[in-house]
Amino acid sequence: MKFAVVVFPGTSCEVDMLHAITEIVGQEAEVVWHSEADLEKFDGVLIPTGAAYGNYLRPGALARSSVIVESLRAFATTGKPIVGVGNGFHILVEIGLLPGAFLHNPSLKFTSGNSELIVENTDSMFTKNYTTGQKITVPYAHEFGSYFVEDDIAIELNNTNRIVFRYADNKTVNSTQAIAGVLNEAGNILGMLSLPERAVEDILGGTDGLALFTSILKRWNENNVSHA
Amino acid sequence: MTKVAVYVTLRNSVVDPQGIATQDALQIMGYTEVENVRIGKLIEFEFMGTTSEIELRVNEMCKKLLVNQVIEDYRFEIEGVTSK
Amino acid sequence: MSAMHEPSAQQIQNEKLYRQMGMTDEEFERATKMHGRPLNYTETGLFSALWSEHCSYKSSKPVLRKFPTEGTRVLQGPGEGAGIVDIGDNQAVVFKMESHNSPSAIEPFIGAATGAGGVLRDVFSMGARPVALVNSLRFGDLTVARDRYLFEQAVAGIASYGNGMGVPTVAGEVQFDNCYSKRPLVNAMAVGLLNHEDIQKGVASGVGNTVMYVGATTGRDGIHGATMSSAEVSIDEEAPLPVMQAGDPFLEKLLMEACLELVKSDALIGIQDMGAAGLTSSAAEMASKAGYGVELNLNLVPQREAGMTAYEMMLSESQERMLIVVKKGHEQEVKDICAKYSINAVPIGRVTDDKMLRLLHKGEIVAEVVADALAEDAPVYHKKSEEPAYFKRFQAMPSQEPKIEDTNETLRALLQRPTIASKEWVYNQFDTQARANTIVAPGSSAGVIRITGTNKGLAMTADCNSRFVYLDPEVGGKIAIAEATRNLVCSGAEPIAVTDCLNFGSADKPEVFWQFEQSAKGISEACIQLNAPVISGNVSLSNEVNGVPVYPTPTIGMVGLVHDLDHVTTTEFKNAEDIIYLIGETKTEFGGSELQQMIDGEIFGKAPAIDLDIEASRQRNLLRAIQKGIVVSATDVSEGGFAVALCEKAFGADKLGADVQLIGSAITQLFSETQSRFLVTVSKDNAADFEEMVADALEIGVVTATNRLKIRDESNNVLIEDSVAELRSLWKGAIQCLLNSEA
Repeated sequence: MKFAVVVFPGTSCEVDMLHAITEIVGQEAEVVWHSEADLEKFDGVLIPTGAAYGNYLRPGALARSSVIVESLRAFATTGKPIVGVGNGFHILVEIGLLPGAFLHNPSLKFTSGNSELIVENTDSMFTKNYTTGQKITVPYAHEFGSYFVEDDIAIELNNTNRIVFRYADNKTVNSTQAIAGVLNEAGNILGMLSLPERAVEDILGGTDGLALFTSILKRWNENNVSHA
Repeated sequence: MTKVAVYVTLRNSVVDPQGIATQDALQIMGYTEVENVRIGKLIEFEFMGTTSEIELRVNEMCKKLLVNQVIEDYRFEIEGVTSK
Repeated sequence: MSAMHEPSAQQIQNEKLYRQMGMTDEEFERATKMHGRPLNYTETGLFSALWSEHCSYKSSKPVLRKFPTEGTRVLQGPGEGAGIVDIGDNQAVVFKMESHNSPSAIEPFIGAATGAGGVLRDVFSMGARPVALVNSLRFGDLTVARDRYLFEQAVAGIASYGNGMGVPTVAGEVQFDNCYSKRPLVNAMAVGLLNHEDIQKGVASGVGNTVMYVGATTGRDGIHGATMSSAEVSIDEEAPLPVMQAGDPFLEKLLMEACLELVKSDALIGIQDMGAAGLTSSAAEMASKAGYGVELNLNLVPQREAGMTAYEMMLSESQERMLIVVKKGHEQEVKDICAKYSINAVPIGRVTDDKMLRLLHKGEIVAEVVADALAEDAPVYHKKSEEPAYFKRFQAMPSQEPKIEDTNETLRALLQRPTIASKEWVYNQFDTQARANTIVAPGSSAGVIRITGTNKGLAMTADCNSRFVYLDPEVGGKIAIAEATRNLVCSGAEPIAVTDCLNFGSADKPEVFWQFEQSAKGISEACIQLNAPVISGNVSLSNEVNGVPVYPTPTIGMVGLVHDLDHVTTTEFKNAEDIIYLIGETKTEFGGSELQQMIDGEIFGKAPAIDLDIEASRQRNLLRAIQKGIVVSATDVSEGGFAVALCEKAFGADKLGADVQLIGSAITQLFSETQSRFLVTVSKDNAADFEEMVADALEIGVVTATNRLKIRDESNNVLIEDSVAELRSLWKGAIQCLLNSEA
């Protein structure tokens, strides 16, 4: 499987993602600079964390001006997977591929640490290798971590099984309904603030993020076998 | 050239932790008469286009980039003229 | 000030206007004589900036020369943006520590942020990718509102820059003492990695080659920052503030990526950060180091404000700028690389063979100065040094145990002292895991990152106990080095080199200069003994408030090489039933201890003694045992003494405790700050091997599965018995608790 790791000016953690995919998951990954338009040759797109455009105006907002956003929209319609983590989640929300918006952490400070997430939904292509209700530990590092959606949308997300992760402890971020990971309507785009690519090796403190990537791979293998 | 000022504020339904923290600080400093502190942004720019299309263009900019309407409201002023 | 209103050379001389720029009469006379004709306004500015203490080290040079700077691994010693040390496999580690004390005292968020930004530029201007940040911070004891503000804002500022750049902060220290009230010390250290062939230097060589300006535009911010940081800052909260250079981590991230791409191109001859004294220092130093001249046309400098004069452009300290020299004809290649990152890259001059720094503005030569005169020929001062009266008094004091009623309560109180308390409040604001290489995050003896593509790692730490340095600068200097190496050894690393930030009061005070000299002497001795050369560093003098100097604070930054990631060792207990060893005997040494400060509200007496032979041999033995894989956990005994160190070993573990027995006077055993001691745990199976390898190790007890801490004396009387969970929660919450107070 071949992943594009999309890099905007200010994105910094593409190295984390490349390392996880190529060294640990054992798949291909290539950095794609934001001014490049073509994503067609890829089987999946990953938007890593960092501070795209310095997080100026609002985190993720200025990414709208990048050429690659139109390619991302086109890629989204193909049904292939797109994952935005950390600042990548901010970007997916700001370009309208996922619902909601982000507010300051309640502490008003940048905060990093380990978040405990509850896997809410194992039907998605991103969570097949988890079990429902499983608690996983995944690092986070952000200043704008409070995910906000209006109540009626939150209800809809809930009813349509689009909430894949919830925070076990919502204090640090105060997200609407403790949402920690959310899907688009078609189910091929995932946004989460925690950083699964930093939880793929024991030497770095745990491997709970690995199943997310192997889930994607599993789905891809199934599709490619059935298409063959 | 026309000067434009866009005021971006958090929607009333959205909790504003910066506002709360600032209000707490003001009250600690003895300004106990202060309530409902809300913090927003002021965006100023110079507009080089024709004045007939200015409102339309500014509204567009706000919706497309400057404001995230999920959490924010806005209003703007065009050289003394206040618009909605 | 516009060019029209600039004073003439005559006025500068007659009205002694150079004094406003920080030059003395003698310095002005020396500069004029070297120049061979009267200095105009711009030229006077150039001399005053480059001859400031910050740029020229004119007062500290004679002392700094004594530092050992050579070693088999050293590829680049002091003199460049950062030092470079070979770590094998054609790779090298590049590092440097910088102070940003004066700016942080005035505007802590911006001051601390630009401190981190500046030291990162020092590292990537050498061609290295920054892989980690370390910081060393000092503030008043948080009982004063201004000090709480300085602390909160400085931490947030460093966080904003490091996090924005995507460089993890993996280690650091924070000390609180009222000697730093309103005069914080903000020292930031950056560590980078490169392959040998990518090493860059700040040189302007090859006649006709092009000088290019890369990065942010030049504004009027920070003019004379170098002179300012060499002077005492008076803090008047109501007074108008000087213009500070603001930082933009986003721009610096782009600048870094552009520079690291330039390094890989053939076009680049030399590169240097426009740091202190901006364009002046970079241009003059690059020319001087290469033995060439540089001619700049200032009309071409990208400017963010209208009507800037030559003087203003040369002395601006706008951030995020680099000066580079490229092969003639390769300018477009450089522009293309920079354009990808939306970074300015503008040819502004050329390399000449006449060794002059020549500045053109609006078609006229506005300054023409011998580059060496600026960069090399600043006066060197041998400042007056005098032993302060307090030293003899302290030396004559007998060693005494403080009087304590309840050892358990004393431990609880010590754990809540902000210097000892958990620094989670600080490092939770840093992205400690960015780049996914952090193996040991802040909170252990040292931070450790792995070196991708190898099975090796880098350990790093920053240390200084300034109370010991104050009581006895020579001994305190030795302790600073010894403590840093101890922290590396406990993490499983071989210490390889030192960077430093020498923070002192005014060098014009003979007592302060004596502290400076003596501590440097101690540092040098320890560096030699512990085989750790000094490869880079920084001097910050005039750290005073209302004429009172801070404690002498020579902060030591160190990097160690982990030869095999299996050697990485951390502080906390791992398994119940492991044996606890204390390495090194404990003497009654309370001078400068946290306990003394807590009980008496001041420090006095002798600093703890240190024998560098013993120190070196214990470190060698412990490292060997760690490398052999028989040490389960390790930490040194430092602030607060044995009891605090034992607590820290329990705090990081899940549901483990300890039961130990101490021989000798209880208060000394529990709280003395005797040096060269370690606390380690070893499994029962390896106990015999360990005891054979580490001669001074004394078995004192065992790790328990009870989550309780029990310390008994030789007659089995209980000295301390407490819940680890309760102690941990006091220790963790102490800083937040102090910040919440509204005194």
